[in-house]
Amino acid sequence: MSKNVLVVAELKNGLRKTTLPSITFAKQAAAKLGGQVHALVIGVDDVQAAAEELRKYGVAVVWTASSPGVKNYTAEAFATVTIKAADAAQAGIVCASATAQGRDYLPRVAAALNAGMASDISGYEEIGGKMAFKRPMFAGNLNQWVEITTERKVVSVRPTEFDAPAAGAPGGEIKALDAAVDPGSLKTKFVEFAEVKSERPELTDARVVVSGGRGTKGPEGYKETVEVLADALGAAVGATRAIVDAGWVPNDWQVGQTGKVVAPELYIALGLSGAIQHIAGMAGSKVIVAINKDPDAPIFKISDYGLVADLFKAVPELLAEVKKVG
Amino acid sequence: MKILVTAKRVPDPEIKLRVAGDGSGYVKDGVKWVVNPFDEIAVEEALRIKEKLGGEVVVVSIGPADAAQQVRQTLAMGADRGVLVKADGDVDSDAAGRAIAKIIGEEKPDLVIMGKQAVDYDSGQATAIVAQLLGWGQAAYASKVEVAADGKTARVTREIDGGLETVDLTLPGIITADLRLNEPRYASLPSIMKAKKKPLKETTFAELGVDAAPKVKSLKVAEPPARKAGALVADVPALVKKLHEEAKVI
Repeated sequence: MSKNVLVVAELKNGLRKTTLPSITFAKQAAAKLGGQVHALVIGVDDVQAAAEELRKYGVAVVWTASSPGVKNYTAEAFATVTIKAADAAQAGIVCASATAQGRDYLPRVAAALNAGMASDISGYEEIGGKMAFKRPMFAGNLNQWVEITTERKVVSVRPTEFDAPAAGAPGGEIKALDAAVDPGSLKTKFVEFAEVKSERPELTDARVVVSGGRGTKGPEGYKETVEVLADALGAAVGATRAIVDAGWVPNDWQVGQTGKVVAPELYIALGLSGAIQHIAGMAGSKVIVAINKDPDAPIFKISDYGLVADLFKAVPELLAEVKKVG
Repeated sequence: MKILVTAKRVPDPEIKLRVAGDGSGYVKDGVKWVVNPFDEIAVEEALRIKEKLGGEVVVVSIGPADAAQQVRQTLAMGADRGVLVKADGDVDSDAAGRAIAKIIGEEKPDLVIMGKQAVDYDSGQATAIVAQLLGWGQAAYASKVEVAADGKTARVTREIDGGLETVDLTLPGIITADLRLNEPRYASLPSIMKAKKKPLKETTFAELGVDAAPKVKSLKVAEPPARKAGALVADVPALVKKLHEEAKVI
């Protein structure tokens, strides 16, 4: 038993795209264990639509759990439901993407199942006949391979490290999980969510990210360079921890080990030196471009294309040149 | 209000760690050790709450005997007393969580604040493990904490994907500190002297009756493959040409 892999989906105006890489991991792991992939959708709104969507990805069973206690996310409620689903699915591995949500409640699931957990995994391989989960540590300065010694295992999957699975004809069945949560039993109560509204693509999903650091010289300079270029390219915007701490841009824009981890096709770094903390959040990008007036900036060591220039001169030129090729 | 805070001893995040010869971990000799920066923020928040509502701040750490130094640092910041669970070698999140939950059971704090993750292994698991074991609520990634005057709830603003979420946490409960919750204070010289006399109790996993056997074992540690540096381009037209024709990304 316990050969199946349970993936817990995340909802945000429907199925959140960050769920998909976890399905890829789950399919690979299930193939290794000789089991099936089960998915779990928790929530009140959008649950059926998300469950239908999940059927396209080679999932044997999609469990749905809707009750008043899961209308808003809480770690307690999501853990309670996931623990029940792990039994219903006979799951040997329980996983979800390592988003703010997945990282929050999965350790509770591990504690309840008496399972070991590996956080933020970027891959796995066999070492000495043991399944070793690869994960970044010390802000991505080192990689660690860990063995989970318990029969049941919990992992959070770094969504930028696995591709989304190809969608196929819908298969598998949708089953309602018997896991109602009484809202009165919860010790955390949702009050409100202040969404950072933006017309731009989401940082973690964007094909192109334009990011800025101290070299943008201030909120105005950041707007003139990073935001203008991002909007011309249809890109998301990012920032270093230094300028987030300085209050130039919203917290939500921070790229780095303590912020968002991104891996777009194109990452354009403007006026940022490339602190290890920042690099840990973007080194997985396919193509990295750096523009910085300091030729010794560490960012050039990891860039595919570097330009030593004053970005306040380079960005307007860049806009004009991009128009020519676009 | 009694507040329990954790303070893990970690390598200074500003230094570069080296992989140990046998590849099993990182070189610990000669490393500069500090209090986990997120735990420092947790200590600061606890001190601010104590300054408003009164009470006591107890700091718990798990680590080798030398980690007493890091506990002393938090006492110098203003915490009242420390508990060090002595353990040589790595303790996994599960064992750490079980030990902390055991101490919480004995200390019975009204509020627990921990860093959102320790910057050595970046696992970010212990808090939620503790919360689950105790059946408590949790409010992770806090950027703002307001404890109600009656000490029965805390309103916590959480930094999550896409914005800020506010929740009311029933106390006792657990909060994890994110980067922007506060700026930790520096300890003054007199408070460093005073901290030397503050109580610091040492205990062990065996005394706590907690099994320290890891559920997660490190098999290998290695530096990530270096990303190959590309070339510098002469000017903007050359850059755009490369991006368009060679990389084909615009």
